[in-house]
Amino acid sequence: MTQVRVVLPQHLRTLAHVGAEVQLELDREVTQRSILDALEMSYPMLCGTIRDHVTQERRPFLRFFACAEDWSHERPDAPLPRAIASGEEPFLIVGAIAGG
Amino acid sequence: MSKVRVLVGTRKGAFILSADGKRQNWDVSGPHFAGWEIYHMKGSPADPNRIYASQSSGWFGQVLQVSKDGGKTWDAPGGDIKIGPDSFNAGKSNKFVYDTSDATGKPLTTHQWYDGTQHPWEFKRVWHLEPSLTDPDTVYAGVEDAALFISKDGAKSWQELPGLRGHDTGPKWQPGAGGMCLHTVILDPSNAGRIFIAISAAGAFRTDDAGKTWRPINKGLKSQFLPDPATEVGHCVHHVAMHPSRPNTLFMQKHWDVMRSDNAGDSWQEVSGNLPTDFGFVIDVHAHEPETIYVVPIKSDGEHFPLEGKLRVYRSRTGGNEWEALTKGLPQQDCYVNILRDAMAVDALDSCGIYFGTTGGQVYASSDAGDTWAPIVQNLPPVFSVEVQTLK
Repeated sequence: MTQVRVVLPQHLRTLAHVGAEVQLELDREVTQRSILDALEMSYPMLCGTIRDHVTQERRPFLRFFACAEDWSHERPDAPLPRAIASGEEPFLIVGAIAGG
Repeated sequence: MSKVRVLVGTRKGAFILSADGKRQNWDVSGPHFAGWEIYHMKGSPADPNRIYASQSSGWFGQVLQVSKDGGKTWDAPGGDIKIGPDSFNAGKSNKFVYDTSDATGKPLTTHQWYDGTQHPWEFKRVWHLEPSLTDPDTVYAGVEDAALFISKDGAKSWQELPGLRGHDTGPKWQPGAGGMCLHTVILDPSNAGRIFIAISAAGAFRTDDAGKTWRPINKGLKSQFLPDPATEVGHCVHHVAMHPSRPNTLFMQKHWDVMRSDNAGDSWQEVSGNLPTDFGFVIDVHAHEPETIYVVPIKSDGEHFPLEGKLRVYRSRTGGNEWEALTKGLPQQDCYVNILRDAMAVDALDSCGIYFGTTGGQVYASSDAGDTWAPIVQNLPPVFSVEVQTLK
């Protein structure tokens, strides 16, 4: 079992009734998909707010960062860096700066 | 003593305005869901403490919120924290998936796009929530891209009523400037199977079998910007209103033209009469006088503000054609706001109250059927919708 840390944007913290960071336990390889699966399992009100219900595609104005790198366009099943998998660094879900 | 509760949806959150029957001193609650777009909120006629709210954002998509205590607390249904195999139904309250199954839907997945090509149906947001007249757990959702959904479990899960989108004219529907939205849902209190809906820009439709089959009800509408001004579908209907005591009489504010039908939409006639301009968005009916109706004329489709910078509600006591301007208490100079299609409502107190919200963030109220007006609040975010509950 691996424990990972996830940082949510402000509006999703409010929706999920959590603080800035949540901790999730994963029993499989740490990837974007496995993190989001675990996140939605623990906080089902977030289903559909980060990725589409049906296609599972990332919502256009959200970005995923790991270890100071933009992973938004990487494969959902690509293994994330060791520092994310170990919980040393958080996986960041970030709302794009848009809207003026 | 009776009370009123005004539900205000804005670009940056929801507000609840409450007052006693005198409607002089108002309590303002909010913003609820701060920072989110609240396209619509509406209370259940069967349980006034049950309020449904459509919360959306360009970043995070659609969320459905429900209050069971008159707006004090809110919950995204199905969002309980559940871990394990019994979580299958969790997180579905914002899941609006078009029905394209062979069994109940049609494999119809395109409508007309701005350039005339066919475009896939894509869910964007819920524009309008219409709770059942009899069951607090049943609620309809009119969505963009245009379709009608129903929930029978208090908004925990949603199913499309696919007969509407599957109508043969579906490929001819096209988005208006605001998107292809199903913005009006009217339930007939005398006929449980009859529902009226309106879509920009397809027109009005009616079902008489609780949503299984639908027919366009646009005969008599004329839209000069269309190749065939009297086409069966393609009209940009902005809003429709009905008095519950006369469910066969409908009033419509079309893109241009104010219309009425006395046969449940089978045919329409223009009642714009002496209005200074017949472009506008809102239309509503007095709670106790079925022939007294209200509109707010807007200059034109290119200039979405009142004529001459004067905010004027127009009232007809004759069901249209003869209109009078109502101005007392409304700004009569330098006013360039708009009043969006779902931003007018009436209460059911003895002296009927009329309410409307503006894109400038004002919510105006009249406790004397429109004779005089006063702002309840003046500096909210742009107002998308206004609904009123009359409470015992």
